[in-house]
Amino acid sequence: MIIDLRRFVTAERAYWDELQNVLARLESEPGRRLPLAEIQRLHYLYERCSADLARLDTFATEPGLRAMLQSLVGRAYSEIHETRAPLRIRWRSLIFAFPRAFRRHLGGFGLSLGVTLLGCAFGWFAIRTDPASKAVLMPFGGLMGSPAERVHEEESNARARADRLRGKKATFSAELMTNNIQVTMLTLAAGITWGAGTLILLFYNGVILGAVAADYMAAGQAVFLAGWLLPHGSIEIPAILLGGQCGFILAGAMIGWGGQTTRADRLRAVATDLFSIAAGAAALLIWAGVLEAFVSQYHQPVIPYALKISVGVCELAALGLFLGWAGRE
Amino acid sequence: MSAPWYPASGPQPPAPGLQPRASSLSIETPEGVVFSFELATPVTRALAWAVDATAIGCLLYGIGKIAALAGVFGRDIVGAITVGGYFAVSVGYGIVLEWRWRGQTIGKRMLGLRVIDARGLRLHLPQIVLRNLLRLVDALPLLYLVGGIVCFLSRYGQRLGDLAANTIVAREARWTAPDLDLIAGARYNSLQAWPHLAARLRSQASPEAVALACRALAGRERYDPRARIDLFGDLAAYFQSLVQFPETAVEGLTDEQYVRSVLRVIYGAGK
Repeated sequence: MIIDLRRFVTAERAYWDELQNVLARLESEPGRRLPLAEIQRLHYLYERCSADLARLDTFATEPGLRAMLQSLVGRAYSEIHETRAPLRIRWRSLIFAFPRAFRRHLGGFGLSLGVTLLGCAFGWFAIRTDPASKAVLMPFGGLMGSPAERVHEEESNARARADRLRGKKATFSAELMTNNIQVTMLTLAAGITWGAGTLILLFYNGVILGAVAADYMAAGQAVFLAGWLLPHGSIEIPAILLGGQCGFILAGAMIGWGGQTTRADRLRAVATDLFSIAAGAAALLIWAGVLEAFVSQYHQPVIPYALKISVGVCELAALGLFLGWAGRE
Repeated sequence: MSAPWYPASGPQPPAPGLQPRASSLSIETPEGVVFSFELATPVTRALAWAVDATAIGCLLYGIGKIAALAGVFGRDIVGAITVGGYFAVSVGYGIVLEWRWRGQTIGKRMLGLRVIDARGLRLHLPQIVLRNLLRLVDALPLLYLVGGIVCFLSRYGQRLGDLAANTIVAREARWTAPDLDLIAGARYNSLQAWPHLAARLRSQASPEAVALACRALAGRERYDPRARIDLFGDLAAYFQSLVQFPETAVEGLTDEQYVRSVLRVIYGAGK
């Protein structure tokens, strides 16, 4: 029991200051590995300050001192009891962390793909059975006209059409990247609504995709569609599906499915995988943005469709190989 | 460093029904010591966000100026830098600062707040990224309405991003040493002659009342005379309600002197 607070503070302050200095050093250099002697000293200081805090509990007054000691003990506790290894930004490990995390949650990706395909099917049938619904399903100016007319216009004046973006391609590319990354991250974040938000976003994305495909294929423009979409879409669409995968991983952690762990534990367990997949998806979308602005807008005869389709198929195959096999032990 | 440990207490899954908002989060260490973090209120968090929004605005203005300097490379490059820079700053501001400053942004530093792991463990980069990405939902439909509502409703004042990342926002404890000299000025304290009563007073006085008495003594010269008499009268009455010292111990003491003597007893100063 503390009888004389002044004496208590005078006797213990040196230890508090020492712990404060050790913690400040550790916090400013998170990657620093302490030698055994310093670890032992840190542990001693932590226990001493914990004991001081416990002694202060017998002293009802001085909330400021108690708060300071609590803060010190709390910071020391986080350094001593943390069992997760600090995340180090090493490109090699970060690159492999992405496909490994992807493979750990294949169910989430499957669900993401399934919901998108369901949306595609809905969009497809809606356009085929009611072409007038086009204005509602895909309210984008560029898609409102007749596909055949657009293709004729693009192909007959391909160079001039492509050059309409002259002097704007970098800006257009940046806009595409930021917009797509935002959509993907929103699909991830919407998983916090127990997956309902992710489900809606993926389904809607699928509806637009299915509607566009139905519109162009009905007009006999399947080759143009593939040549237009595949160079960037073979990366962009999987990246959005990866966002959906993250959303469903998050939703799975929120729901729990009758497990014994707490929600906090489940969320903690998936945080690193979510980070890895989201970072990978963002990197893919940067590449997709470049391709969409600098390649996809050029049509035959400037770039033959066969070449564009080949590029898209190769990209998709490379992405599949990377996600399926990279970083396997 | 990675000694086996059993889970410390942190935010637990809520029991059915509405729960009252907690003002602090207590964590019990394996050694049996309990420490707590004072939780930031939604209002202080909103103020910190307002500061951060201003800082982001300034950064965007700076990016606009830099992009203008890059104008020699063409308007296209200016546009790309502006669009990319805007996005990078609006998304990366919180992530980079909270990572480099251990859970703080400019606004949180100014308001004395810090993002911490809900179990008191070290804050990790994936947690920071996750809580910042979830802003996309928290900010809906505008001005963080969703996040604000969730923050008000959740027991530990967490927005959706905090719930997903297992983080809380706490007030940082800033300690100022107790002003013992203010209390230890007199040479003799009649209350100390009754050590058992002094010990009882020490254990029963509430921290808030003692802190209030300290502030009252520190600022006594600034008070209106009438208010000063009333204030020390109330404080003296409170301390007398806790422990009754014999008449001989308090004889001739004004309320202010009595309060001063009580503080000397509590802090162990004087004879």
